[in-house]
Amino acid sequence: MKIAVIVFPGSNCDVDLYEALHSVCHADVEYVSHKEKSLDGFDAVMLPGGFSYGDYLRAGAIARFTNIMPAVIRMAKEGKPVFGTCNGFQILTEVGLLPGALKRNDSQKFVCKTVPLEVVNNQTIFTRQYKDHERIALPIAHADGSYFADEQTLDRLEENHQVVFRYAEENPNGSLRNIAGITNERGNVLGMMPHPERAVEALLGSTAGLRLFKSLLETGSAKVEE
Amino acid sequence: MKQAMTPEEIKEQKPYLDWSLSEAEYNYISDKLLGRLPNYTETGLFSAMWSEHCSYKKSKPVLRLFPNKNSRVLQGPGEGAGVVDIDDGQAVVFKAESHNHPTTVEPYQGAATGVGGILRDIFSMGARPVASLDSLHFGELTDPKMRMKVAGTVRGIGDYGNCMGIPTIAGETTFDPCYQGNILCNAMSVGLMDQKDLQKGRAAGVGNAVMYVGAKTGRDGIHGATFASADFSDENATQRSAVQVGDPFMEKLLLEACLEVITKHPDWLVGIQDMGAAGIVSSSAEMASEGKSGMELNLDLVPQREPNMSAYEIMLSESQERMLLCVNKGHEGDLKKVFDFYDLEAVTIGRITSGHDYVLYHDGQEVCNIPVSSLTDDVLEEASEEKKPERITKAETQPAWVPEITDAEQTLRDLLQQSTIADKKVFYQQYDSQVRTSTVVGPGSDAGVLRVRGTHKGLSMTTDGNGRFVYLNPEVGGQMALVEAAANIIASGAEPLAITDCLNYGDPNDPEIFWELHQSVKGMADACRVFDTPVISGNVSLYNENNGKAIHPTPMVGMVGLVKNIDHVIPSFAQNAGDQVYLIGKTDDDFAGAEIQKMMTGDISGIVKPFEMEHVHDYMKRLLGEMQAGNVASAHDLSEGGLGVALAETLFKTDLGMNLNLRHLSAAQLFSETPGRLIVTVPVEKAAKFEKTLGEDAQLVGEVTNTHWLEAHLKDAEVNQNVTELQKLWEEAIPCQLKSKD
Repeated sequence: MKIAVIVFPGSNCDVDLYEALHSVCHADVEYVSHKEKSLDGFDAVMLPGGFSYGDYLRAGAIARFTNIMPAVIRMAKEGKPVFGTCNGFQILTEVGLLPGALKRNDSQKFVCKTVPLEVVNNQTIFTRQYKDHERIALPIAHADGSYFADEQTLDRLEENHQVVFRYAEENPNGSLRNIAGITNERGNVLGMMPHPERAVEALLGSTAGLRLFKSLLETGSAKVEE
Repeated sequence: MKQAMTPEEIKEQKPYLDWSLSEAEYNYISDKLLGRLPNYTETGLFSAMWSEHCSYKKSKPVLRLFPNKNSRVLQGPGEGAGVVDIDDGQAVVFKAESHNHPTTVEPYQGAATGVGGILRDIFSMGARPVASLDSLHFGELTDPKMRMKVAGTVRGIGDYGNCMGIPTIAGETTFDPCYQGNILCNAMSVGLMDQKDLQKGRAAGVGNAVMYVGAKTGRDGIHGATFASADFSDENATQRSAVQVGDPFMEKLLLEACLEVITKHPDWLVGIQDMGAAGIVSSSAEMASEGKSGMELNLDLVPQREPNMSAYEIMLSESQERMLLCVNKGHEGDLKKVFDFYDLEAVTIGRITSGHDYVLYHDGQEVCNIPVSSLTDDVLEEASEEKKPERITKAETQPAWVPEITDAEQTLRDLLQQSTIADKKVFYQQYDSQVRTSTVVGPGSDAGVLRVRGTHKGLSMTTDGNGRFVYLNPEVGGQMALVEAAANIIASGAEPLAITDCLNYGDPNDPEIFWELHQSVKGMADACRVFDTPVISGNVSLYNENNGKAIHPTPMVGMVGLVKNIDHVIPSFAQNAGDQVYLIGKTDDDFAGAEIQKMMTGDISGIVKPFEMEHVHDYMKRLLGEMQAGNVASAHDLSEGGLGVALAETLFKTDLGMNLNLRHLSAAQLFSETPGRLIVTVPVEKAAKFEKTLGEDAQLVGEVTNTHWLEAHLKDAEVNQNVTELQKLWEEAIPCQLKSKD
């Protein structure tokens, strides 16, 4: 599987995502500039964390208009895996591939720490190596991570099992229904505020995020049929 | 537009006095250097370049005391940042810089641009910044205004570093009334590079281009350098507009574009330098001076954010996120293409000329024509008067203060809640400490540790400054600042390499303050020699006063160490029940300037006693050998609050306890702050080897238990405390103070 990591102006977790895939998982991965228009030849695409366009206007609001986004949308429509973490998640909601929005944390502050999560749905292409309702701990590092959607949307997300990760124990940002990560209806687009790519090496304190990438990589073709 | 003063009017009306240029300096410039009266623009350039901030004219004689070479040092002071060899063709690059005055006035932008400025110093050397540290000294949190300043400063540091994607992995935050009117914000940045990419701030080669890259120039921060070289008073509150505004997104683009040129197109570049204090004039004049070149700039070509800027304003603006490059003739277009990709300006604003003149054109007219060296090299060094403060002479005859401890357990609980000692999580959780996924040890330990990706090496780093000891005994206090930093680095299992510093003092025209500066630098320099940690970069921040009251002299040491094997990083927390607990170093009655003195008497007094630096260095070196051999489970340096606080901290975030026989110590000595001590835990099977190496310098004081209780038997007291409860007090102290409605 060949994976693209998109680099927007202001992306800064692109290295983290790339190295998790390249150095740790030995996957076939390449950086792709936001100025490119095509993702031909790639089987999956990942949107890294960071501050694309300085978070000016609204986190992710400008990145959604970059050249590469139509190609990302095309991949999502084709059922290929699309993954966004942190700013990547914010961009995915801004561009409409995922419902809802990420608001300023209710503390009004940036927060960087490791938080406990519950794997709510282990039937996705991203989570099949986790146990059902498994507790894991992943780092978060964001100022705008408070997930918001209207009640109807939230109910629909739950009914369709689109909520994949939930904050367990404490809610660090005020997300509704403790939502930390969701997929689209088809299940091939995952957005999450926590950083699994920061938890793939014991040297750095945790390998809890490793199985997310392995779930994706160890399935051969991960294309999701409609 | 207001007409600028004529040279004669300047001579008569002396506006330069307001720009911190003295009459003697002005006369020297007119009579000796130029042989004519300088015009308005030239006078402005001189006042900025001859400010202490740019020229170090006051502190230079003292700075010469510092050692700045050893076999690992590739670049010492004088460039953007110092560079140290870490083997395998790699180098670590680091520097610290103060942004005290801007942060005092406008904490958020002051702190943010402090971080931005130091990052540019690092990447101008050709290195990628990989970690940030800070050293923050605030007034007391009981003052609601100070709470706002603390919040703003922390947010500023966080917002800039987080957006840049550079982890903030270590630092210190202390509180003392002496910083109430003048807070200290020192930012340090550490970068990594291949030695082949090393750059210099140098402009040479007749006809080569001087290119301006990055953000446009506005009127912000004009005279920031001179602003930093004068003290605060309520009367000159209007001068406080000299604070710049930061744009970390712009800086992120600038970083990527500069590193792309440096690493991929070294043949295009002659030199590169950050436009820091005193903006275009300092960067261009210093580059020309370094290259022994002449330079001609056309200011009409400088990208400008505001209309009708004068030459003086353009040259002195401290707008952020700008760099100056000297580019080989013919590659201007190539370079522009790289910057175009990042949507950044890259404009040729001038050329290198033969000769040694610094010539500026504005609106088609020549507005400056002076020798380059008159700005950079001819600055009059100022001899300063020195006088030992009476408080010290007086204290030498007084008996030393020793606390009377009636309840050692309560004293420990109280100390853990002192804001300087209490948990700083509420601050450092606002900093991204993990981005770039190389942080092995983040904030909250003695030192932060990064792995060097692709190798087995690691880098350990810390910042330390304790103004209280320096205030009471500048020379010994200076030594202690270095020893404390070295202890932090060694506690992580790393070998100290070199240091950077920020020298934060009051008005050096006060002979007592200059004496403090001189003595403390002497102390630091001596300690640097003992520990073989040369000073490779740094900065001086004088005039830290408010309404005539100076801060404690606060030299900050930023130290970087090398971890030879990243798998042998030593944690600062106890690891396993059954491990032996050793106290390294002797404990004495050292309470002058200690946290317990401040807590119990509300102030500090007395004489900080000298200590045997060579001896401390000797056993720390042996301790490091044991760590590198894998014989040590954990190590924590003893600092504020002494042994009692260090023991508690060693147990926090674990589920372990300790049972300790400290019958050779009094209850008071549990809180003594004798320098050069660590608390170390060692697995039983390694204990014999460890004891053999450390000899009398390690004292077995007990063992790690699995009860989560801290049990210590002292000469005249018993301590038996539940660690969970202690940790709760320690964790909640600052959040509780921040929430106060008073």
